[in-house]
Amino acid sequence: MIPASFDYHAPSSLADAIALLQQHGDQAKVLSGGQSLLPLLKLRLGAAEHLVDIGRIPGLEYIKEEGGFLRIGGRTRESMLERSELIKSKYPILYDTALVIADPLVRNRATVGGNLAHADPANDHPATMLALGAEVVATGARGERIIPITDFFTGIFSTALAPDEILTEIRIPAPPPKSGGAYIKLERKVGDFATAAAAVQVTLGPGGDIERAGIGLTAVGPMPIKAVDAERFLLHKPPDSATITEAARLAATAAAPTADRRGSVEYKREMARVLTARALTRAIERAGGR
Amino acid sequence: MATHTIKVTINGTPYERSVESRLLLVHFLRDELRLTGTHIGCDTTHCGACTVIVDGEPVKSCTVLAVQADGSDVRTVEGLEQDGKLHPIQEAFWQEHGLQCGFCTPGMMMTGVALLGHNPNPSETDIRHAISGNLCRCTGYVNIVKSIQHAASQRGQS
Repeated sequence: MIPASFDYHAPSSLADAIALLQQHGDQAKVLSGGQSLLPLLKLRLGAAEHLVDIGRIPGLEYIKEEGGFLRIGGRTRESMLERSELIKSKYPILYDTALVIADPLVRNRATVGGNLAHADPANDHPATMLALGAEVVATGARGERIIPITDFFTGIFSTALAPDEILTEIRIPAPPPKSGGAYIKLERKVGDFATAAAAVQVTLGPGGDIERAGIGLTAVGPMPIKAVDAERFLLHKPPDSATITEAARLAATAAAPTADRRGSVEYKREMARVLTARALTRAIERAGGR
Repeated sequence: MATHTIKVTINGTPYERSVESRLLLVHFLRDELRLTGTHIGCDTTHCGACTVIVDGEPVKSCTVLAVQADGSDVRTVEGLEQDGKLHPIQEAFWQEHGLQCGFCTPGMMMTGVALLGHNPNPSETDIRHAISGNLCRCTGYVNIVKSIQHAASQRGQS
């Protein structure tokens, strides 16, 4: 399959990339790893007159802790997350996620920023970033602005990014001691989109009760879902099985799936419940709670 | 129609070509350079038949633009055999019957070569994880895994 004709730009600086986006407006698309965009163009489900490749701009690929945040460069490839000792030891929810995104070959090109900016509700990072309470740094002609992840997704395949803005960084508050997270995805085979998936990040207080909880759900609605009722319920509760059962039930009520070949509405909502319970259990274990 | 001049090194040979923006790397290899060892299977980023190694990393060349490979070092299945001598991974696929129809084989071998580059002594789990983006419709996975193990053991001896 061959995409419709487009022009390709490979700017060597962020300023040049933004200038190109300003010049071409909504005729332009940012090309990051290309693992969602190129298939869309090949299948002609989407079209762009201009592709602005940010792959030749130095300094957009990094993972570092700085100023109380984990900072992930927008152009960071999933394979880099997967191989990072920092991610594996301190951010297991992101390690879990990186391991189940598409397949290892795709992850050598696919990027974290692309996974978010593409805003496919079946993508995996949106739920994990919702659970982690991340922020997105958008860089445009007027400089940087910070978008809380809860404001970032505005609809299916749409985000709060302006046409001339580039997602340059993801910031995740460094988790306090006694924190843990997990991402559990149900997929028919490696490389498939999730039938459903749950992301959970918890922090336990000095007495062992849950002090903070973030829950994100993948592929069970038109947008990635933050299960706020379940999150609120968990606060100041002991991390026991009764708490987990009720939180999972509440999370499933937030799911609004549609039926497709991966399952019926009822099945997917039930999977949202089961996966939330499992991810919450694992997150609590990793936080040292059990 | 937008065209760009790209310089790519393929299996050690530098090439300079004018290509259309939308030309995919797999079509550049197969149609422009006639390197037809790299196969097109699903053409939708699933099957891995088109796997080539770009700057040390195995990628699906049906989902990379040729212009994105400008300045890169690309290895394809044609670059494995040297001076009439099979590469250890080729020898291993032969010894262990790692292919039936052979369609997935170039991609499997390139993924295997890249794996052994990072991890010279992979476990069976490491191998199965590494090839999880390469599909074999003959379902000959057991022998494919054995082949990559065999190649690893040969490297260990040499």
